[in-house]
Amino acid sequence: MSYTTQTQTHLHASEKGGADEFLAFTLGGEEYGINILRVQEIRGYEPVTRIANAPSFIKGVVNLRGTIVPIVDMRIKLGLGSPNYDPLTVVIILNLAGRVVGMVVDSVSDVTTLSAEQLKPAPDISTSFDSDFLIGLGTLGDRMLILVDIDKLMSSADMGLFDQSAA
Amino acid sequence: MTIDMSQFYQVFFDEADELLAEMEKLLLDIDVTAPDSEDLNAIFRAAHSIKGGAATFGFNDITEVTHTLESLLDRIRKGEMALTPEHVDAFLVSKDVLTMLMGGHHHGTAVDQAAVSSVSARLAALSQGTAAAPAAAPAPAGVPAACAAPVADADGNFCFRIELPDVPQRDVDALATELGLLGEIAREVMADKRVAFTLTTGESQDDIVAICSFVLDPDDLKITLGSIGESPPAHEPAATEVAPAVVPAADSAPVEAAAVAVAPPSEARNPGRRATDKEAGSQESSSIRVGVEKVDQLINLVGELVITQAMIEQRIMALDPLIHERLLNSANQLARNTRDLQEAVMSIRMMPMDYVFSRFPRMVRDLASKLGKKVEIITRGAATELDKGLIERIVDPLTHLVRNSVDHGIEMPEQRRTAGKSETGKLILSAAHQGGNIVIEVTDDGGGLSRERILAKAMQQGLNVSETMPDIDVWQLIFAPGFSTAEVVTDVSGRGVGMDVVKRNISAMGGTVEIRSTPGSGSTISISLPLTLAILDGMSVKVGEEVYILPLGYVIESLQPMAVDVKEIAGQGKVVKVREEYLPLILLYELFDIEPLHANPAQGIIVILEADGKKAAMLVDGLVGQQQVVVKNLESNFRKVPGISGATILGDGGVSLILDVSALLR
Repeated sequence: MSYTTQTQTHLHASEKGGADEFLAFTLGGEEYGINILRVQEIRGYEPVTRIANAPSFIKGVVNLRGTIVPIVDMRIKLGLGSPNYDPLTVVIILNLAGRVVGMVVDSVSDVTTLSAEQLKPAPDISTSFDSDFLIGLGTLGDRMLILVDIDKLMSSADMGLFDQSAA
Repeated sequence: MTIDMSQFYQVFFDEADELLAEMEKLLLDIDVTAPDSEDLNAIFRAAHSIKGGAATFGFNDITEVTHTLESLLDRIRKGEMALTPEHVDAFLVSKDVLTMLMGGHHHGTAVDQAAVSSVSARLAALSQGTAAAPAAAPAPAGVPAACAAPVADADGNFCFRIELPDVPQRDVDALATELGLLGEIAREVMADKRVAFTLTTGESQDDIVAICSFVLDPDDLKITLGSIGESPPAHEPAATEVAPAVVPAADSAPVEAAAVAVAPPSEARNPGRRATDKEAGSQESSSIRVGVEKVDQLINLVGELVITQAMIEQRIMALDPLIHERLLNSANQLARNTRDLQEAVMSIRMMPMDYVFSRFPRMVRDLASKLGKKVEIITRGAATELDKGLIERIVDPLTHLVRNSVDHGIEMPEQRRTAGKSETGKLILSAAHQGGNIVIEVTDDGGGLSRERILAKAMQQGLNVSETMPDIDVWQLIFAPGFSTAEVVTDVSGRGVGMDVVKRNISAMGGTVEIRSTPGSGSTISISLPLTLAILDGMSVKVGEEVYILPLGYVIESLQPMAVDVKEIAGQGKVVKVREEYLPLILLYELFDIEPLHANPAQGIIVILEADGKKAAMLVDGLVGQQQVVVKNLESNFRKVPGISGATILGDGGVSLILDVSALLR
């Protein structure tokens, strides 16, 4: 029950701006969307420096114009698709409250504007996501975007990206 | 249109802080008997600028204090009044009060209003005292008026004014009786119900403090010294002893009186003042105030440039020098320019050690008088420059060392006399560059460390010591946690917290501490620090396909061990014998889960590392090279990684991790 209320507050929050823009990307066969305002840039995949004893989905760190940025492979984290790295593999660089994180995805499709009517609460089924991290589902013709609260997801203890005191 | 003044506050506070520091420095240096007029002018200008700023922003309390201060200073610099130690003390106290007021406005810290009014009264009384002097009738406020100048009377008696904190009447009576034994005593009650004694005695201030400390904390006492030049003012009844109800005019009254009294001269000197302002202005315009983050951004950008330049250099190495001669020449030029630029930018962050040293004369002066010691402080190499980040972090450890030297190092005057030394102890602060390091030393000519006492204490604490240890190792014992050989725990030092913290702080900055001490003639504590934290001399080592950076400061040597020298200790890992010493072997490939080239130590190379007095050998596959690396913070976008202290960017644009050697050795 509490789940539904939460989703509605999310929906309500996104209604405030009338419509929100989302960056759509694919992981395996699924299409996801994140708030475009969190995206700093989109880059190709570059070799990373591995970090010892980090979970497998943390690929390592790269040099992004002088800042050291950790790279997370969402495909490994969510168990979607096969984690191969080719010239088409894309890294979405996110800026979350001043912290910069790279996220490896299969591909980036487009930026879409979703109005409040197009946002639907996610059904109460277990997905690879902890439902806490979902904003809802976006319908766009026959496409369906799984809208992710990327701030919450990336700062969760489960990701182990940030020291919990800082998160 | 309203202007948001708050954006200028920061500038005012920064400036005022500097001015106050400058003022304090000048006050401490000033020769009371023959003050340099230039110094007096500078002090006056500082007070004046603060007053101006405070008035602009409506900080009336600051304006009031500085105004009184300024008017007094003005008269002194014009020669209308002679400078006395009394003045200097009052000025120093007002500096503290101003700092406190400033803190109150800036950070909202607590402000002790009693101290503010007391200093105002003191300043006002000082400016009135001499104004009224020709008339031979001391000012009614009479604070130091009864004790005008610290000159002994015919019998060698001094007149002290002792202001007590708020204590119960019973204690006041007890003190009055005790102090009465020393000489003549008079009692008065101040505006805030606190009691002040005026004591005429041949004893020293230390004795008074000693007596008072039975009843109250000597820190809360305010003792001022004067002579009995004039008899107590007529309307301050001689019967103060029995009449605590007779309260001399409230503290605020003299302030107003003084303000009115000095108003005309302050107006009259306007033209002259403007001239000095202009002079000061032209000095200021040669520097600009920039936020640290802007400088750091610049340093980062230059760091990027250096890396980019290294990348270009790597690429063009492959080109044929005959065909691309001009390109190669230009690249060389770029390399030179980049290096110069980097040096120039790094120098922006450098600050002179004076920033730290300048705060000690005052501290030592206060501390010495509290302990009844005579200490002269000498600073050398105050112009030596150090990275701003380091300079801020060195303040606390250094303060601790200086306090220690004054408290434990330098002996009491009598003791020094018996030892055949001058009564005044010397404390030398020095800074100098030595290679890529800065060496900061605190030297005192006191009693030196006592080997026996340290050893005895160490044994008592169950530390692993022997009678035959070399001195240098014995001295290092005082850095052990909870170690203090002070016989008496004072509020200055002796609680045993501190030296270990000092050592830890300095190690955290990548520095080392050493002690040299000779019994009877003093000790030197020497701190060696890298010039900057932003750049580090590193040794790149290869393990499997990965390259890690070892800070060079930890590396002692590297060698290829013989297979027979590597031994296994059951359940404890491996050790390696190097020069008759068994060192634990750190297997980086195991710790970091890397596929090594050589799992057998005899095929790889071991690097001998030392940190915090511990040695260990680290097995790597190969040494790549030695280079200066720009240290990048890993935690700004990621969490702390065990065993890694940071990251850097290599010439090819890739990232390499810097090993946290002291953590790995722990």
